[in-house]
Formats: sequence, C-alpha cells, structure tokens
Amino acid sequence: MNNALRASARWEAGLVAVLVILIIVSSSVSPQFLTGNNLFNVGLSNGEIAIMTLPMTLIIISGEIDLSVASILGMASALLGVLWSKGLPMPAIFVIVAVVGLAAGAVNGLLVTRLRLPSLAVTIGTLALYRGIATILLGPNTVANFPTAYTNLGVQGVPFTGNDVTYSTLIFVILAIIFGVALHATPFGRSIYAMGASPEAAQFAGIRVKRIKTILFMISGLICSLAGVLWTFRLDTAVQNNGLGLELDVVAIVLLAGVSIFGGKGSIIGVVLAVLVFAGIQNALLLTNFNQEATGIVTGALLLASVFLPNAGRWVRSLSRI
Amino acid sequence: MDNAAASQPGPRQEAGDGRLMLALRHAAKSFGAVRALVDGAVELRAGEVHALLGENGAGKSTLVKILAGVYQPDSGTLEVAGREVALHGPAAARAAGIAVIYQEPTLFPDLTVAENMFIGRQPLRSGRRIDRRAMHDEAAAVFKRLGVPLDPARIARGLSIADQQVVEIGKALSLDARVIVMDEPTAALSAAETGRLFDVIRTLRGQGTAVLFISHRLEEVFEICEQVTVMRDGSHVLTSPLAGLTAADLVRAMVGRELAERPPEAGAATPGEPVLIVERLTREGVFTDISLTVRAGEIVALAGLVGSGRSEVARSVFGIDRYDAGSVTVRGRDLRRASPTTAMSAGIGFVPEDRRQQGLVMDMSVQQNVALASLGRLRSGGLIRASAERAMATDWAARLKIKYGRLTDPVAMLSGGNQQKVVLAKWLGRKPAVLIVDEPTRGIDVATKAEVHHLLADLAKDGVGVLMISSELPEVLSVSDRILVMREGRLVAEFSHADASEEAVMSAAMGQQVAT
Amino acid sequence: MRSTLIPRRQQRPGRGPADSGRRTGGAALAERVFRIRESSIVVVLAVFVAVTASVQPRFLSETNIQFVLIDTTVFALLALGETMVVISRNVDLSVGSVLGLSAYASSNLFGSHPGIPIPLVFLTGLGIGLACGVVNGIMVAAGRVPSLVVTLATLYIIRGIDILLFSGKQVVEAELPSAFLQIPKSTIAGIPDLAIAVAVVIGIGAYYLRTYRSGRDLYAIGSNPEAARLAGIPVGRRVFTAFAVSGAIAGVAGVLWAAQYGTIDSSAGTGYELQVISAVVVGGVAIFGGSGSVVGAALGALLLSTITTALYVLGISPFWDQAIWGFLLILAITLDQTITVRLTSALRQRRTRHE
Repeated sequence: MNNALRASARWEAGLVAVLVILIIVSSSVSPQFLTGNNLFNVGLSNGEIAIMTLPMTLIIISGEIDLSVASILGMASALLGVLWSKGLPMPAIFVIVAVVGLAAGAVNGLLVTRLRLPSLAVTIGTLALYRGIATILLGPNTVANFPTAYTNLGVQGVPFTGNDVTYSTLIFVILAIIFGVALHATPFGRSIYAMGASPEAAQFAGIRVKRIKTILFMISGLICSLAGVLWTFRLDTAVQNNGLGLELDVVAIVLLAGVSIFGGKGSIIGVVLAVLVFAGIQNALLLTNFNQEATGIVTGALLLASVFLPNAGRWVRSLSRI
Repeated sequence: MDNAAASQPGPRQEAGDGRLMLALRHAAKSFGAVRALVDGAVELRAGEVHALLGENGAGKSTLVKILAGVYQPDSGTLEVAGREVALHGPAAARAAGIAVIYQEPTLFPDLTVAENMFIGRQPLRSGRRIDRRAMHDEAAAVFKRLGVPLDPARIARGLSIADQQVVEIGKALSLDARVIVMDEPTAALSAAETGRLFDVIRTLRGQGTAVLFISHRLEEVFEICEQVTVMRDGSHVLTSPLAGLTAADLVRAMVGRELAERPPEAGAATPGEPVLIVERLTREGVFTDISLTVRAGEIVALAGLVGSGRSEVARSVFGIDRYDAGSVTVRGRDLRRASPTTAMSAGIGFVPEDRRQQGLVMDMSVQQNVALASLGRLRSGGLIRASAERAMATDWAARLKIKYGRLTDPVAMLSGGNQQKVVLAKWLGRKPAVLIVDEPTRGIDVATKAEVHHLLADLAKDGVGVLMISSELPEVLSVSDRILVMREGRLVAEFSHADASEEAVMSAAMGQQVAT
Repeated sequence: MRSTLIPRRQQRPGRGPADSGRRTGGAALAERVFRIRESSIVVVLAVFVAVTASVQPRFLSETNIQFVLIDTTVFALLALGETMVVISRNVDLSVGSVLGLSAYASSNLFGSHPGIPIPLVFLTGLGIGLACGVVNGIMVAAGRVPSLVVTLATLYIIRGIDILLFSGKQVVEAELPSAFLQIPKSTIAGIPDLAIAVAVVIGIGAYYLRTYRSGRDLYAIGSNPEAARLAGIPVGRRVFTAFAVSGAIAGVAGVLWAAQYGTIDSSAGTGYELQVISAVVVGGVAIFGGSGSVVGAALGALLLSTITTALYVLGISPFWDQAIWGFLLILAITLDQTITVRLTSALRQRRTRHE
C-alpha cells in the first residue's frame, strides 16, 4: 500500500479506536447514550458544524485556510432574517442567500489567488468583515417566527428514517459522500492534493491552481450559507452573533481528522470519524452534566493528542533538545 | 594572489605547506537496511583543491554530511589537523574548522548580508549588545579578501545564487575554516560566475585552505583541481593526482564500465514541418524579440549564460509567465492568452529546471507523478481509473528504465536521475509534439545522463520537436541539430551542428573574444 | 578541457566594499522601504485623526485621547508578545484565553485575600501567564509541532479551565480596591501613566530585538528555520522563550484589563487573539515571520483603537465597526504584500544591473 495511504489508515484506525472507547465508556456511564433520541440530539447540535468541516477539509488540503466560515454562516442567517422580515418569499430568499454565500467565498478566493495574500491573514479580515455585514443587516434586532414548514427542517427527523436522523445529518452524509468521491477519486481531488503538497509543480503540470482554489472558497461560502440557513431554522432565530466562534471548532475537527495544516494530506473518512468523535465527546459530557462551555478542554486535549501521539517516542527524546 | 594565474588552466600552485588537514578513513554509515557508505575515505592537504567524484548514490553526499557533522559515522576515523575528532553536530564541525557550502545556499532572506555571515556570533560591544559597525566592517574586509564587491548592508533577499555562494564562502572564511567543502557549486552558475568562483577558490588555495570540490562536470574538475577521489557504491575506488588522467579514466572509475560517450549522430535526420514557431516574443525587462522555429524531428539547443533569459522564454512559451508582445504558434495553432492548459492541449510538454520544486510533487508516489499531467485521459465517468494509472506508470517505467522500489513509493525516494526520468515520463505520456527541456541532465550521474541524451535523440527520430535549454556545452554540442544562443534577453547567434564549436558558442554567449 | 575566458570586469569604478559606508543599492532601498512600512501607519493614523477631528473636534478632547491610549495599552502589550512569536514563524492563539484566566484569577484575589498588595496581584497574573506560556513553549519547541495547532488547543483548554473554575461567578468593581482601579486613570500632564509605561516596555522590546543576539536569532528562525538550525542557533530555546514571554505579557495584560473594566467573568478576553493578530499584521509584521517590528505592531494596535473610537465619535453606528475594521485589515494586508513584492523585484533588478 502507498506510504501515504498507510499513514492515513493508521490515523483513521486510531480515531475508530477512540470512538469505540468513547461509546463504551459513555454508554456505561449513561444508559441514554445510545438511544435514538439521544443520537438525534447529537445530530441536531452538531449538524451545521459537521457540514462546514467538509469544504474546510478541501481548503486545508489545498494549502490554504478559511477562518471566515462562521461569519459567512452568521451573514447568511442575518440575510435570511432581514429578507424574511421584509416579506420576500422563502424560495427567493434561498437563492439570494446562496448567491451571497458564493460571492463571499469568491471574495476570499480572489484575495488569496489574485492578490496573493496569505489566507490565514485574509480570512481573519473577512471574518470581521462578514460578521460586520451581519451586524449591519440586523443591528440589534432578532428575527424569529419563521414558518414552521422550515423550522421543522431544523428540529424534526427525516421521515423515512424513523425520525431519528436530523435533516442536517442527512445532508452531512450526502455531502460527505460527494466530497469524498470528489477528493479521492477525481482529477479535481488529485489536483487539490498536488497543489497542497507542491504548488509550483502543480502549476507546471497544467493544474489551474488559482481557479481551483477560488472554486474551493466559493464552495465553502455556499456550504456555510446553507449551514447558516439550517442554524437559523433550528433555533428559529436570526441574530447577528449566530455561530460566533465556530470557525475554531471546525478547524479543530479537521485537524483532529489527520489533515495536515501544511496541506497535501488528509482524507474525508478521517473527517467523518473526527466529527463523530467530537460530537460524541460533547454529548457524553452533556449527559454527565459537565459544564457545557468547558467542553473545549476535551477538544483541546484531543487536538494535542492528535499532533503528539503519532510522534510520541520522538517527542520524549527531543525534550532534551531545549 | 595575482590574477595572472587565473587564466591558466589547471595550475599546480603549491602554496601552503601541503600538510594533511583532514583525513577520513574507512567511514561507514547505514540507514536501516540501506548501506549509504561502506568504505569512505578522503585526505585533504593545505592549499589543495581536491575533487570528489561519483555517480548519484555512490555515497558522496553521505560523506559530506559526515564531514559537516550532520551524520555520525557508524565506524571509521576522522582526523583534523592531525587530531582525531568526533563531530557530534554542525557546531562541532565548524569548531574543527570545516565549512560546507551546499548546492542551494541557505541564507536568511530578511537579514542583511553581514548578519547572514555573523548570525549567532555577531561581534559585541559593552553589555553584550551587537556592534553593527564592527560587523559591517568585518564583513566588508572578508569580501575584499575574496575580491568580490558585495554590500554587507544589503538584505539577502534577491541575491543571485552566485552571490549567495560568495556570502557562504565569506561566512566560512570568517569562521577561520581550514577545510571548505563545496557541493556542486557550479550547478546553477553562469560561465562568468563560475570563472569568478574559480578565482575565489584559487585565492583560498593560496591562503592554505583545503577545498573539497564535488561536481559532475569533468571539464571543471580538470580546470581547477589537482587531486581526485572517486567513489563508487559507497566506497572510494580511486585517489590520485589529476595529472595524467583522462575523462575516460574518471568515468570508468565512477561507473566501472566503458560508456559510449556520444549519443547517436545528431544532425543527421531531416527535420519535418515546423511544430513550434515563436515570433518576436517580448517580455519587458526580461527578453526581447525572440524568434525561433523548431521542426518535427529536430533538437534545437538554446545556449547562453545563466540569466540570459532562456528559461524565461520557455516559461512564457509554456504559459506559466505572460509576455508583452509577439506570438507563439504550435502546429499551426496560435496560442493567445497563454496558460499551461492551452499550451498542453496544443501539444507542448515542459520539463522544468527545478526538478524538486517544479517537476515533481515530492510527497506523491512515482505512479501519481507519472499520471499527474494525464489525469483527464485516465478517467471514466469523472473518476480516475486506478488500473489505467498503474498501467501507464508501469509502462513508462519500463520504457525509460526507471529504478524504483514500488510504484507507490514517494518519488522523493528515487535518485536524481530516476526522478528526472519520472518527469520525462509524465510528459512523454501525453505524446507531445513539442518537448521543451530545461537543463535535462543537471545534477544527474554520468550513466543516466547518457540515457537521457539517447532518449531525446529517439524522441526526435519519432518526430517530436525538442527545444533543449542547457548550460553544459558538451551536451549542447553533442545532442543538438541546431544551436541558438541568447545573451541578455536577445538571440545573438545560430549555429548548425557542423559549424558549432565550444569557443564559438561561448563567445556568442558572452559577447566577447575568448583566449585559447 | 574547456577553453578559458577573460573575465569581464565586474567592478564599476568606486563601487567596492570600501564604499559601503555610503549605504548603496539594496541596503538603502530596503531600509527606506521598511521605514515606510512604519511611517505609513503613522501617516494613516495622522490622516484619520485629522479627518475625524475636522468633522468632530470633540475627538481630540483630552478624555478621548486618554481613552484611546488606555484602550490601546492592553492590545499593544499583547501585540508585543505576539510579534516576538510571529517573527519566529509561529503564532500564539492562546493569548485571549490567558488574558481571561489571568484577569479573573488575579482580580479574584482582592476578594479572597483582602488587603493583598497590588504588586502581588500583578505578580500572580504574570505567573499565570508565564505558566501558560511555558507550557505552550515546551510543546512547540520540543514537539516540533505547528504552533497554530498547539495554541489553538491551549486556547480551548485554558478557556475551559477558566470556565470550569469560575463560570457563573463575577468579580465586580465594588470588590476591587480603588488604588487598583485608579491605575488606568492616573495621568502625568494629561497622558495616562499606563500608556507611558507600556510605551517604555515596547521600546525596551524593540531595542532588545534589534541589539541582542537572541533577538536577532528570532528573525533568523522566522526567515529560514532550516538554515537557523544549521547555523547552530538554539532554535528550541529561542522559540520557547518567545512563547514564555508572550504568555507572561498576556498574564500582566490580564491584570491591567481587570483594572480597566472592573467587572470580570469567565468570558474575558474571548476573541482577542484574532484582534491581536490583526494589529500585528496591520503593523507590518509578516505573517510568515522574518521581518517586522514591535513598534509597528504597537502602532497597529493604536491605529485599530483610534479607528474604533473615531467611528464612535463620528456618530457612525457601532454596528458598522466590525465591518470597517475587517475591511481595513484586508487593506493593510494588501498594502503590505504590494510593498514586499515591489521591494523584492526592485532588489532583483538592482542585482542584474550590476552584473
């Protein structure tokens, strides 16, 4: 097997192990853990984040990063609220929100590819800009009372799965399959790996690096807008700080999945597993009445484990090097 | 030292007392199952320029890294100035007086030249504060000794590779290095810059420094070195003064067999239709008014000094860089608004100068690299067919005799020559009508070099038009049907295979008379 | 054997090393440009202040100026530590969390240990910050792991600890001694003491980075990490120190923050890391390391504070703040990039003209 494949398979095996341990420990501590109802809630609270990890994965593999994802979510939510309160029909709103998402991603893409700005710095700027636009749109206001037909999408299960699978989970699964196939089995996906591993060589092989990166940012914008819509319907609230701070969760999950922050390495299977681990931990802590806001400790610890464990031996030896 | 000596070929200047500065004996080094060095040995004397030759994989770079203190040998001894030393790291090597100048100098682009030289050991004044004036003056003094006008206050960003090397040499001198190892120093230099480097080396020799000179270019070895050590398969096989040896002797020692030195007779085939027509191509400040034609079945060499703009022309033809005026036509099709995609679909292939950064994705496997430019062809229903990809890689690996472990190994594991073959396979797999190769055999061992030359000749026989950019005159003369010479961004001369000679090409490239 | 050549004279008359006292060529150009980077911030600042003051003279009132200066102090301090880290091609995302933990834990001491001397509280804050910085430093330096990942993790962990220990509770102004709350308010000749003190600290930091070997080492590490290792620079030690200092500074900044705001809970400092990085980038520090100055970063922090205050004074709805700030950040990055690109090509062309 390919060296790279073997390395990522090891990582994924590790994640599976963590997941299995998590399930065993959690269900022994709390018998509710594996109930359909609980799994539904897990899907509910993590669906949007899960969805956002998919385009983020592609972007990081290509060698960039997008920190504006949560702000695009917020902007989409604000736009949805404002347009709805002005009386536009929902289908039209969906189209507008999608277009704005694509545009926001395009701005990111153009700043990075045309102006050659480092994506870390630029998306910190657009993080502020898009959140700022959300604030301008809504001001201090909150829009609520969306039609139940739509808010149900946020809180109910998909009918033919016995009401245990949320719409957002379903969307995540479908998107994961699409992204997975695209990344691992198409020339498009191969190009993403190439440009992340070796940007010049990719260019010299005729890969249209700029165009693909812009497309990736636009996809991210579109997906994050979708996440914003789902989020708004789930909470039945559009307010300017929807999704504040989520970008770090998304990046954390992608890193946990074994995607290298330097680009060129990673897999969708890993991302799916990492999402499950993340969601599982949040849920386990919830069931054991751990302070929800402090679950970050576990995310942080997992992140550290994800970078240190693979090199544990080497790390101990290098402590002497300081 | 006087400059008159600079124009004599291969003098034996016995400056310095010739005492033994460094002796490495019976060094061995293995990495897991790979025995990189089996019996490495070299002796350097003061005031001597000593060549180290060997094919890729012969153990040269491992030996150099042992001298640099980066590796510790598994067995063997190292003596410096008569005392046995064990070098535990680069700092120990430096303290012992050994300096290594690598092929790609590693400077700090954001720091000044003076800071680059003195980083970590800047001269201090009261209170352990850096004395910038003293640092600047010391750096200036070193450059004066070397006879090179470099401004120590200038930041390193933007320096040419030749200048970067001078900074590295200056750093070595300021460290009182008694042994300077130069690993392929001329690989990226123009003839003028090489000449200047050789002057510097002669100055060093005159001061009693021992220089270990590693190169694949035999003509340079004969020009500047007095002694030679040849390595093969991890062991040293020959140590001798160069006087009395011929290039053939050296090659035989390196390869262990006779090599057919010349590829099949170039210039014999009758070329067909023009496949690449470049007309009045101009890029402001880089190259001007370039017009050339490459016909099917012919190999056209583009010669000239480094910096004359040849690679830039190639990049513009291929669409990586834009151009400001002129046109590029491939098989009758005008390429406007060039991009690599349009160039490739028109039938151009481009083997770039920098194998590791531009030619290959080092993290990807051999198979993936071979397929990288052909992904569109290998897919069905939008997905890449793994079996087709594997078949393509296997096929080309056999055709080009690429040596690899498994097709799924990262291409970084291959030797330089085999890596270059992978790059070629990538492009040949597209059956290009025009193949542009930029420095096709740079950093490649002698045997693979010959294979690549034969390959290019075979391609031409099959009707491909080859545009070869090269700075190695023997290669230019032996492989090509026609030679174009560029100087400072313009085409200045054209020679047919019959008319060309090293002197003629070199004088056109330099724009001045040459003394013989 | 190759025919030899008569080498072309490469020296122009008078352009030898002896002339380098004249600071010719690449040196002068580079120096000029780098001074431009800092002076451009000053220019933008001046323009901003001038425009705002002409529309709304109230902007230049003593209270407003004091407000801007005080508001800047915390960020300028954070920017100092962050700059040291960024110069070495790293990033410290945990500063906001460290600030928050320090702010609460130290100010809480006034309630739990009444009569505690104020310097001791500062020392506690410093200690907390230092401990966090040391942990970061060990992991990044020894582990050779991307600092983005490590400090993202500690951002989470430290915030989580903060919440675990202190969530739901609050330190209110009434609990804090008036001497403590007075610290941001006391002035000399109208200029807040604190601003002067921080300016001095920044000056010391700038001097250190320019004049001491270990400071220059940080630039080398950021400019070319591999070369730094090969050159024998103790990369691990320097990077560790940078993170330790950054943490310690964030700890002190936390105490100052508490003195300024008076009411502290476990959410203090949330989101500050991105603001600090913005200030640093606006201030001309390259995000990939190797160049930039703490003075520039501090000016960047000052500029961002000024803009926020100016918008408020101009009566622009505060809801526009963030969007404008984001836009300006993008502008600053673009400007910075353009300057670097122009500089590099100018340096290259200078080289070819001399050959």
